Parts: sequence; C-alpha cells; structure tokens
Amino acid sequence: MKLIILNDYDQASEWAAKYIRNKLLLFKPGPDRYFTLGLPTGSTPLGCYKKLIEYYKNGEISFQYVKTFNMDEYVGLPREHPESYHSFMWNNFFKHIDIRAENTHILDGNAADLQAECDAFEDKIKAAGGIELFVGGIGPDGHIAFNEPGSSLVSRTRVKTLAQDTIIANARFFDGDLSKVPTMALTVGVGTVMDAKEVMIIITGAHKAFALYKAIEDGVNHMWTVSAFQQHPQTLFVCDEDATLELRVKTVKYFKGMMHVHNKLVETLQKKDKLLY
Amino acid sequence: MPSNKSVSDASITQFVNCRILRDHRLQREDLWVREGRILDPEKLFFDEKGFADERVDCGGKIVAPGFIDVQINGGFGVDFSQPTAEVAAGVRLVGKRILEHGVTSFCPTLVTSPPSVYHQVLPQIAVENGGPCGAGVLGVHVEGPFISAGKKGAHPEKFLQTFSCPGLSDLLRTYGSLDPISVVTLAPELDHSASVVRELSQRGVTVSLGHSIANLSQAEDAVQHGASFITHLFNAMLPFHHRDPGIVGLLTSDRVPPGRTVFYGMISDGIHTNPAALRIAHRAHPRGQGFRSYRSMQIILHVPFSFPGLVLVTDAITAMGLPPGRHTLGQQVIEIQGLHAYVAGTKTLSGSIATMDMCVRHFRQASGCSVEEALEAASLHPAQLLGISHRKGSLEYGCDADLVMLDDDLNVRATYISGAEVWRRTT
Repeated sequence: MKLIILNDYDQASEWAAKYIRNKLLLFKPGPDRYFTLGLPTGSTPLGCYKKLIEYYKNGEISFQYVKTFNMDEYVGLPREHPESYHSFMWNNFFKHIDIRAENTHILDGNAADLQAECDAFEDKIKAAGGIELFVGGIGPDGHIAFNEPGSSLVSRTRVKTLAQDTIIANARFFDGDLSKVPTMALTVGVGTVMDAKEVMIIITGAHKAFALYKAIEDGVNHMWTVSAFQQHPQTLFVCDEDATLELRVKTVKYFKGMMHVHNKLVETLQKKDKLLY
Repeated sequence: MPSNKSVSDASITQFVNCRILRDHRLQREDLWVREGRILDPEKLFFDEKGFADERVDCGGKIVAPGFIDVQINGGFGVDFSQPTAEVAAGVRLVGKRILEHGVTSFCPTLVTSPPSVYHQVLPQIAVENGGPCGAGVLGVHVEGPFISAGKKGAHPEKFLQTFSCPGLSDLLRTYGSLDPISVVTLAPELDHSASVVRELSQRGVTVSLGHSIANLSQAEDAVQHGASFITHLFNAMLPFHHRDPGIVGLLTSDRVPPGRTVFYGMISDGIHTNPAALRIAHRAHPRGQGFRSYRSMQIILHVPFSFPGLVLVTDAITAMGLPPGRHTLGQQVIEIQGLHAYVAGTKTLSGSIATMDMCVRHFRQASGCSVEEALEAASLHPAQLLGISHRKGSLEYGCDADLVMLDDDLNVRATYISGAEVWRRTT
C-alpha cells in the first residue's frame, strides 16, 4: 500500500487527480485501447473531479478513449432525480468533459431484474478488458461502495440493503429526511474492485479517521470491507491530515517520509516520458 | 456527430460559455437546442447516447428567453391601427426590426378605432411563430374602444363605445372576430362589463383593465370575473388615493382569488412613470408566488424575492425608430420631441418610443432590481400573463428556443428564434 498524506482536502483532491491524469497519459489510450476507470460518487471525490475537468479544459487530457464504470446506484430512485448517481455523474463530471455516453456505465437501479442487471455489469467489465484503475472512497463504517459491514470480501456486483450508518450519512442529500433516503442499492462487490489492476481510495476528513485506522492498521475484516485491499498488490490511499488522526504516529511519519518519492508519480509528464511507452 | 437516433436524428446545437437564466437566476450552464426547442442534455446523454453536432461560443454573455412585448402599436413608420391593404407587410416590418431589441414575440396593438378599421385590419394579422423574417405574432391586443372617456389619453373620443348588453355581441360587432385577439383592454366601470370579462376570460382571452376611472371595488370585481392584467399601471387611470386606491390598489388587494396573479404592465421608458412610482409598484406587489416566508421567533417574515406580476411593455408607437417630427397614430397626429411623444398640440403623452431593451435597462437601473428580475419582467411574466409559459418566456426543457444574448449592461448582441440566429449586432 502507498499511503499518501496531503495537508488538506484540496491538496488531496489535486494529488489524486494528477495521479489519474498521469496514469491516463502514460497508458496512451486509442480507438483500440481504452483506459478503463472505476469511479465513485459522494462529496469526497468532488474536488478530484473538478481538477480532472480543469485538466481536460486545459487540453492536458481527453476522455475520448476512456471507459468508466461507476461503483453503485440507488435502487428505485428515478434516474432524473437530482440525487441519483446518474445525475451526480452527469452534473459533476460527464457534462464537463468529452466522454461519450456509450463509454460510461452506471448500474440501473430501476431495471426490471436487478440481479441480471448486476451480472450484466460484471460482463461489461470483463468485455472491456477489466479495470485499470478503480477509484473509490470509504464510508464512516469502513465500507467500499455499498459493501456494508458483513459483506463478503469476495463478493461480486449485487443488490445490497443499506446500513443505518449509511442511510444517516446520506440523509443530508435528501433534505435531512431519513424517510426519503433509498434503502437499497446496486453495488460492485469487494471482489469486483479487487480484480482491478490498481485501486486508489480517497479519504478525507476527521469523520473518516477511525475507518482509515480500521482499514489499514487492523486486520482484514469483513466488518471494515476496505481492509480487503491490504491483499491487493497495487493500492493507494490518498488522504488529508485529518483523516490520519486515528493512525499511529509511526505509520504517519513513515509515509510522510516517502512523499518525496510518491510525489514523482504526479509530476507533470515531460514529452520524453510520454514517448517511453 | 449525430446521436443514436433513437428519438430524433435532427441536428443538436450546444450553446457554451454562457450564463443562462434558469430557475430565476443566472447560471453558468450550457444550453442545448434541437428542432427549435430547449433540450435536456442529461436525457440526451443517458437515453440517446447523444451529443452536440454544433457548438456556439457565447463569449461569456447572458442568454435569456427572448423578450415578449404585449403592447406595441407600431414602429418604424408602421401604425397597426391604420386601415390599409398593407397591414401584413407592416406587421412583418415591425416584427423584423424589433429582433434588434431582443423581442422574439409580440402582440400588435390597436388603439380605439371605428369598427370598419378593425374589420379591415384584424383579418390581415396572422397569429404565427417567428423566424428569420421576424418576431412571432402571439395575437392582437385591442386597447379600446370600450374604455372611459375620462381617461382616453391619446385615443379618439368619437370612437369610444360602451356595452349595450351583456355578452360578447358588442365586441363581435366591433372587432368582427375574436379569433386573432389575445388581449382586450377595457374599463370595468362600464355597464355589463362583468359578463364581458367573464366570457372573454372563459375563451382564453386576457382581459386587461385600463383607460378607466374605476374604483378599487369595481377593479376587484373585474378580477373576480377573470381580469388578470392592468394596462400601463398609473397611466390612464385614477391616481392612488388613500380612501380609494382605484385600479392601482389591485397591487395590494386582498380580494384577488388565491393562486391568481394580477399582472401589471409598466412602460419603463423613463418618461411614463417616475422611478419612485416604479419602485412603489414593485415593492408593494402582494403575496403570491413572489414571497418566501421565514419563520423566526414566532414571527413570519414575508420577504419579496421577485416581482411576479410586473410586465414590461413598450407601448411603442409608429415613431419608434424614426427621427423627430410629426407622425400618425390611429386617427390622430402625434409629435416627437426628443424621447417624448405627445398628441400634437398638447402635452398628453401618446405612447412611447423606447425600445424593449431600453425599457429593461431603465427598469433595472431605476428600480435597483437584479438582472434576473429585469429580464423576467420582459420574458417570463408576459408569457405567464398570456398563459404560454410552458413554451415561451423560459429556458426550461421543452420550451421554444427563442433567445436573446446580452452583455453585462443588458445590450442586445444577438437574437435567436427556434434556436436559429435571426439577428446579430454588427457595430
């Protein structure tokens, strides 16, 4: 695991966006070679999306040959609802960049057969050649996507009932009214994300600190599903100072000491770097 | 780059780099248009996997719904009340030129005239959508002849009429047909006006109170029967009096049926209404859709956040767009002096020569309102008045793409009808 610690939310967002940018450029996507990206929703990745949009507008990157797979979507919420994850992705990302709709994939929470929809999603990922980089966040209860505490660490895309913690955390998007929050969602499984070549988890804010501690300093445990990535060969955790508040001083010092090495991963690529591959 | 054609294979235009007026505020959003209507880009993306064929860079300008003028008597030498065989050409000429003022739809207005004039003129005015040839004609506004002698303004007294009986027979006899008519200005104190107002409203014709000496009670009765507009508030009606506010009192009347808005036209040319009166009018407008209520410490605060009833009109006359001098209006002669237009030989105002964009700018400056409020007074509110806000006066998905592109000082830079550019400023 690489633990990347930045000072604040904005810096963490920028680091994550630069990492994605560089990965995309070094991959050299083209019409027969799409870069597959797994994407999250929620307030954590907003800063990262803003930065990616900026890089697109600057002409640094293009999403023409990028395929995206979102992690989850509510069940039963109309697609046009302002809080659906379709609306989120359109308003916060897709409408600002040059990605084609047919290259985006978001689970349909209103499908007639929900499990068939989930199985088809897994097939689409397979057909796209698997996911190069899966970007995610972490819930206060340590979940990845909607893999709530108790989810199998080898689970696949399926229907999940949301935990009370998650419903409470999401109520702020539904006028603070718990009764308006959807209770079920379609979500990629822990196993689905584990299949990705690389995983990047963005964690910011003091309210996520305990979950981060459980995820990286405690054992692999299905009660804190993000801990599964301790067994993934290529994981990054990008966080701000506040998110490290529950970690051991030793852990934080160790990884902060490596920042000068890790920062090389986000340096602006020179022409020669791009020609190497 | 067409869409997947599941809904339509028509070309899609995306207006980028603009601030659009939507949800009562200016927002940095792109505007998408297909087949002359505003398109929902999210639906296009997810349902049709579609994208734009053409991008129009608006250079950071404001994009607002095209202006709608519900009271315009002519302009550029054309007088809609003149009984000629060239009425259609005159309407077309005015319709073409007002594109320069950001007006995309209008109601050609006829002042008080003898029946023979209505019979000759009205059949020549076609209600039709606008386009590159000019702004759309929504319908005719007949201002008179059923108005008060005491407040005739520039209208010729000898052609004023009263209602001889209830019902629409007098109107049918006078106008010939009600088909092209969308607004009728009348004086509600006239006998039998109640049934006239009721029947006109039932037919979907907007009834406006004006050129009248009605007291508040008579005006309120007319509103109960369906009247929904006040023709050029303050002008040609009794002044506000503290024991009988007259028609002006409708602004704060508590006898307006719930859910109904009484709209009021204002000529904001800097001449017809003193800025202080403008401000009184729009600050006094009653609770309707225009207020947000905050409950704080057991007190309910009604805070006006917009002026839902205010409709900017030009009341422009023949001379609008022409140089100073003498010109014809209806059956009378008027004289231009600077920005004023008088009945020749008197000091009675006979209409304005301000353009709609001038009125919008002046209203904003005189009232201190926001840009959004000034723009809505010239677009959304007239559309709501006429009951057409589901397709005009708004940039909501599905509405006609009649647009005006403005700079920050609210000068018109370009005008669009059904998504196509119909005028662009070249100087």
